[in-house]
Amino acid sequence: MQATRDFSHYVRDLGSGVSHIDLAVEGVSCAGCMSKIERGLSALPDVTLARVNLTDRRVALEWKQGTLDPARLIDRLAELGYKAYPFERVQAEALETEQAGFLLRCLGVAAFGAMNVMMLSVPVWSGNVTDMIPEQRDFFHWLSALIALPAVAYSGQPFFRSALRALRARRTNMDVPISIGIVLALGMSVMETIHHAEHAYFDAALMLLTFLLAGRYLDQSMRRRTRAVAGNLAALKAETATKFVGTDEICEVPIAAVQAGDVVLLRPGERSAVDGSVIEGQSKIDQSLITGETLPVKAGPGTAVYAGALNLSGALRVRVAAASEGTLLAEIGRLLDNAVQARSRYVQLADRASRLYAPIVHAAALLTMLGWVVFGASWHDAIVAAIAVLIITCPCALGLAIPAVQTVVSGALFRSGVLLNSGDAIERLAEVDRVVFDKTGTLTLAELDVANAVDIPQAEFELAGRVALSSHHPVAAAVARASGARKPLAGMEEVAGQGVRGYVGELEVRLGRPSFCGADRLANEILCRDPEASVVAFRHGEACHVLAVRQLLRADAAAALATLTRAGIAIEILSGDREPAVKHTAQLLGIHEWRAGVTPADKIARIEDLKRQGLKVMMVGDGMNDAPALAAAHVSMSPVSATHLSQATADLVFLGNRLAPVVAAVGLSRKALRVMRQNLWLAAGYNLLAVPLAIAGLATPLVAAAAMSGSSLLVILNALRAHRGVKELS
Amino acid sequence: MEVLVILVPLALMLGLVGLAAFLWSLKNGQYDDLEGAGWRAIAEDEPVREKQIL
Repeated sequence: MQATRDFSHYVRDLGSGVSHIDLAVEGVSCAGCMSKIERGLSALPDVTLARVNLTDRRVALEWKQGTLDPARLIDRLAELGYKAYPFERVQAEALETEQAGFLLRCLGVAAFGAMNVMMLSVPVWSGNVTDMIPEQRDFFHWLSALIALPAVAYSGQPFFRSALRALRARRTNMDVPISIGIVLALGMSVMETIHHAEHAYFDAALMLLTFLLAGRYLDQSMRRRTRAVAGNLAALKAETATKFVGTDEICEVPIAAVQAGDVVLLRPGERSAVDGSVIEGQSKIDQSLITGETLPVKAGPGTAVYAGALNLSGALRVRVAAASEGTLLAEIGRLLDNAVQARSRYVQLADRASRLYAPIVHAAALLTMLGWVVFGASWHDAIVAAIAVLIITCPCALGLAIPAVQTVVSGALFRSGVLLNSGDAIERLAEVDRVVFDKTGTLTLAELDVANAVDIPQAEFELAGRVALSSHHPVAAAVARASGARKPLAGMEEVAGQGVRGYVGELEVRLGRPSFCGADRLANEILCRDPEASVVAFRHGEACHVLAVRQLLRADAAAALATLTRAGIAIEILSGDREPAVKHTAQLLGIHEWRAGVTPADKIARIEDLKRQGLKVMMVGDGMNDAPALAAAHVSMSPVSATHLSQATADLVFLGNRLAPVVAAVGLSRKALRVMRQNLWLAAGYNLLAVPLAIAGLATPLVAAAAMSGSSLLVILNALRAHRGVKELS
Repeated sequence: MEVLVILVPLALMLGLVGLAAFLWSLKNGQYDDLEGAGWRAIAEDEPVREKQIL
């Protein structure tokens, strides 16, 4: 049954007879790939646009409507050597792209205003000490106001909106003192200009906005980029379902096009991409990705099947369920909601700093005003001095102190193979002193592998792999993958429930159950040593070998855990798998704290228990049963092979087959937190120097400009040091 | 000093033209792929234009 592929779900109609599709492409990393792909795709007739985006690793394609099947474009990319797949732009990513664009427009307007007002301010500063006449100064001040007022009204929107939101919710955040400072600076400057005064602070307000917007934009573009990469990874998994379009007619469609009530076919060896229940067929399914349990369970009509379940033996017809159906899912969803609500109580470092900062600054301004009046100054002079205090303390450096570090560190994390889902995860990760690992798919790899490959002669192993290519069974697929075999043998015959047999030259080859190959004794010996493995026997003439197939530990698991332990982090395992399997893994890795057979609710209970002991817990897990625990933990991480739900819940996602990114993330975040604290102290130190000047009434616009840009640069330079943190732990 | 009446508005106009150009380029998607744009500048030929000649 050869199914057709249908990508029409992803094609957008641009009007005027042009169709558009966006593809995520794997392995585009250089200019060479870029021109190779663009040239290769443009060579197809009727393709009107082929443009690679190297930042997002995507290709935008347009062609004359109805002339091309999008599958043809994907095949063409495969011919060129690139794996590609259409992706669905998630709502969050579209929103973030839009916000990044708006911030960039604001930044452009603010920078334009700042440059032009500065051009007008420098003559005033130099004129004030030489021979400028008051009329000229007023003219320059009015011109500055003309530029500054509309520029601030437009480019200050991100801050004003956020400050209003916070005030309405009766909270304060960093944007409240920023907005107050900017509005007062402008208001006072206009008043001073009307009264022909010497000093106006239009340039200070605009420069402040420019610096802060640059920080915001960097922060935003870092988040947008990780979101784009995560979107690509999801797309390149290329999850499709085989949907019944008639009674016996099937069609391969992308997951996004499958709806509740559809019937899909789940062949042996396939992973289910949907949730639903079996309506026809008998099989065994491996639910290790969902429950952590590695032993297969029986499936027949009525059995619930979840996304991620691996079908082992017979073909199944599955009716797709709506998201809310299914007891396990509903239970996990409920636990997840509770855990997410509990977590939102964490207050970010920046907000904690601003809660301390804003009252002190506003009190200082008030005291300055009262002080001046007490010492006999006019109300006008007193108010001017007080506003000068607010302008000079406007948290320019403070506003940059944390976003700058986050941007630098997320770039470094990205290079070590870690994607950041939420910006404040860095702060939380740095505080971790306990790591809870799931076993299946986290400490071990999700895919099966051959454990005793080194005991088998290379030539025999390769032959076994080629025989295995003729079988759909997941264990056989693991043998084929491990041996690297690519060419299937001709004339192989599959014996249902037993294995595969055929002839190579004169000799018979068999691959399958030990009894099928007459290797029971050998298989028992291996099972005695490694009770968790699945065994598959291979007979080639008289020679006979037994392969132990199991989920292997990640290659650097022991080393990574040892590094974490040395850094003062205690480690434990919480697994839904059976006791012997978990015990075996724990012994291999030298972990004394482990629990087996735990349910999602038990996992949360254990994490809450650890939290009550005052420990900051990081949960690392991949299964659907881990999702609530991931949300409950102080901070959480998932491998990229994890289920959708876990990846969406985790704060960080790590790539690749090694655990090293987990260690790197802890190291980098610790360094980052230190640099963030330093930055906050630098910003505070600057205020200690500048505030006395403002209180004394010596903070002229020139002093304000120099002090603010100086402190911002200092903070940014310090943030650049944060990208080296891996050494921290070793 | 009367020349300021001409020079200052002229300077501002030039600045506004720059701002307009920036906003146009932003809307035109020229900041969507900063990494790729850097490489395109030193690429040997423009593949898309090559297609139009054919």
